[in-house]
Amino acid sequence: MDLLEHQAQELFAKHGVPVSRSRVADNPDEAYAAAAEIGGRVVIKAQVKTGGRGKAGGVRLADGPDAARDVAAGILGMDIKGHTVHRVLVTEASDIVEEYYVSLLLDRSDRSFLALASRQGGVEIEQVAAEHPDALARLRVDPGAGLGWTEALRLAAGAGLPDDVRDLVASVLVRLWNVFRAEDATLVEINPLAKLADGSLLALDGKVTLDDNARFRQPGHPRYADAHTTDPLEARAARKNLNYVKLDGSVGVIGNGAGLVMSTLDVVAYAGERFGGVRPANFLDIGGGASAEVMANGLEIILGDPDVRSVLVNVFGGITACDAVADGIVQAIGLLTGEGEKIDKPVVVRLDGNNAALGRKILAEAALPGVISSDTMDGAARLAAELAGKGA
Amino acid sequence: MAIFLTDSSRILVQGITGAEGSRHTRRMVAAGTNVVAGVTPGKGGQEVDGIPVFGSAAEAVRATGADTSVVFVPPRFAKAAVIEAIDAGLGLVVVLTEGIPVHDTAAFWAYAQAAGDTTRIVGPNCPGLISPGRSNAGIIPADITGPGRIGLVSKSGTLTYQMMYELRDLGFSTCVGIGGDPIVGTTHIDCLQAFQDDDETDAIVMIGEIGGDAEERAAEYIRQHITKPVIGYVAGFTAPEGKTMGHAGAIVSGSSGTAVAKQKALEAAGVRVGRTPSETAALMRETLPRR
Repeated sequence: MDLLEHQAQELFAKHGVPVSRSRVADNPDEAYAAAAEIGGRVVIKAQVKTGGRGKAGGVRLADGPDAARDVAAGILGMDIKGHTVHRVLVTEASDIVEEYYVSLLLDRSDRSFLALASRQGGVEIEQVAAEHPDALARLRVDPGAGLGWTEALRLAAGAGLPDDVRDLVASVLVRLWNVFRAEDATLVEINPLAKLADGSLLALDGKVTLDDNARFRQPGHPRYADAHTTDPLEARAARKNLNYVKLDGSVGVIGNGAGLVMSTLDVVAYAGERFGGVRPANFLDIGGGASAEVMANGLEIILGDPDVRSVLVNVFGGITACDAVADGIVQAIGLLTGEGEKIDKPVVVRLDGNNAALGRKILAEAALPGVISSDTMDGAARLAAELAGKGA
Repeated sequence: MAIFLTDSSRILVQGITGAEGSRHTRRMVAAGTNVVAGVTPGKGGQEVDGIPVFGSAAEAVRATGADTSVVFVPPRFAKAAVIEAIDAGLGLVVVLTEGIPVHDTAAFWAYAQAAGDTTRIVGPNCPGLISPGRSNAGIIPADITGPGRIGLVSKSGTLTYQMMYELRDLGFSTCVGIGGDPIVGTTHIDCLQAFQDDDETDAIVMIGEIGGDAEERAAEYIRQHITKPVIGYVAGFTAPEGKTMGHAGAIVSGSSGTAVAKQKALEAAGVRVGRTPSETAALMRETLPRR
């Protein structure tokens, strides 16, 4: 889960990383009040989970409360790369002398963590890495030992940071490590880490990505889930504990196992090329235990998607028994029609693996209108794409 | 031979008294696997289907000579269970648990390295591995196909089953599900090298998916070190940027981790890549040396 800037700042402050005085505002009047409380010049910053806010006009100065109200009114509701601005952060303006970069992240290839520091902050770090690789220092961080002060100081020196700030940067790095470890983050980044006129450091902007798998020991994290940026169907699916991602096509897809479902989406898209560019409408992985209830929940979400014109159920029964999946489909359609839902979209079902013959027999005997069995993954995908193409 | 897992493997199941652990232990035994012990803290002295349960991995190893562990322990206890297995001297630890925080996986991986790198970890969040007809450490169904001369390595469980099914008439030496988490103990590269060295494997299917750069690094490794034919498949061409597709590690971030980049890297290394599982299987049929 990616956090908004103000949420990242909150976690930074919790672990002693220096941040500006700031307040969030959801409307221009709140921005006025925030600016009045902070006093002096303030910066109004759009809270969206994408880069390039500044260029898009989402970060602007205001000289006082009245100006803050006007500026916030202009930024709220803005669209930045497809993200609508619902909230701004009002922060104290700072007298910046220099800008640096520090981060900690997961290094998948090394199966460990990596600390990065650069004397060139305030720009995209990928750009620094490409253009001035010598300005970016890296340090492997052992997950057991963590990042100590001595190593942090070595990293600051390696990045060519000025002598007078190395100690301070090292302290910030150690605190950032505490954020990374204590909050189960997979990325913590301060960019820029600003040196102010008085010589102190301030995290002016930050990015944090939290590990969703750690939710069981991070009771404070669910509140960071952002209601505004979640698709309504995704939100509904999440409430039913379904692993669902909304896509832009018209073939609803249900399968078991993340890899097989991703593959099914691809196969649908390839098959759809012959039917006017039909594409998958969603990713939905019902996982190992495909009970009737899970299948009913999944079918309900997918049939409730107005973009869906046909549905493809692709299950390879490994642990999941196909007869249970077939029972699930029959019960799900029974449940939905019982609730008065009209099922007018064809459902193509491909079952293979564990108890596949029995599963197919159950579907054949139930003879549900609109439910069509198909023997292969390719054949099922082609049929579902063709039906979606016709329905368009 | 097969890789990592043979008929002489002596299996220990951590979490054997849990619902998943006991159910899958039965399936492993039915597939001919030599399950010699189980471990559940506090339940030493019990039995599951005649298999003795011990309170710790160390006791189980001492009493039964187990050399491979299969871990069915819930996420919050998984790190401790894997470290216990490393300390007990097990040579292969297969972690099936889904949902382990990545800091925990990084920690037990680092622990294994610091302990002398004598324990191979497979997973987490994986279906395990099977050497058909010999042994089955995990949850891969044993009845899809039999022994043969193809090696398979994959991030995904059900996609592994699909590929085994597509090539069921040919069979496999070993199929390894390495898992879809951002950090895994055994990589594509580890498996590629093991298959290269295995005289019972003639050709290799490598299944990847979006996220990270494991496939790109595997491609480079193949170019330099693998002489046996490799057929590739990558899932996730239609995955949008910034969305996690089921597996914690399956995410396209910006322009990195895309299926197209992985396909191109593999093809540049001389690997033929199928667009679909069935096409991948067809490429393997064309490629497999006639014997």
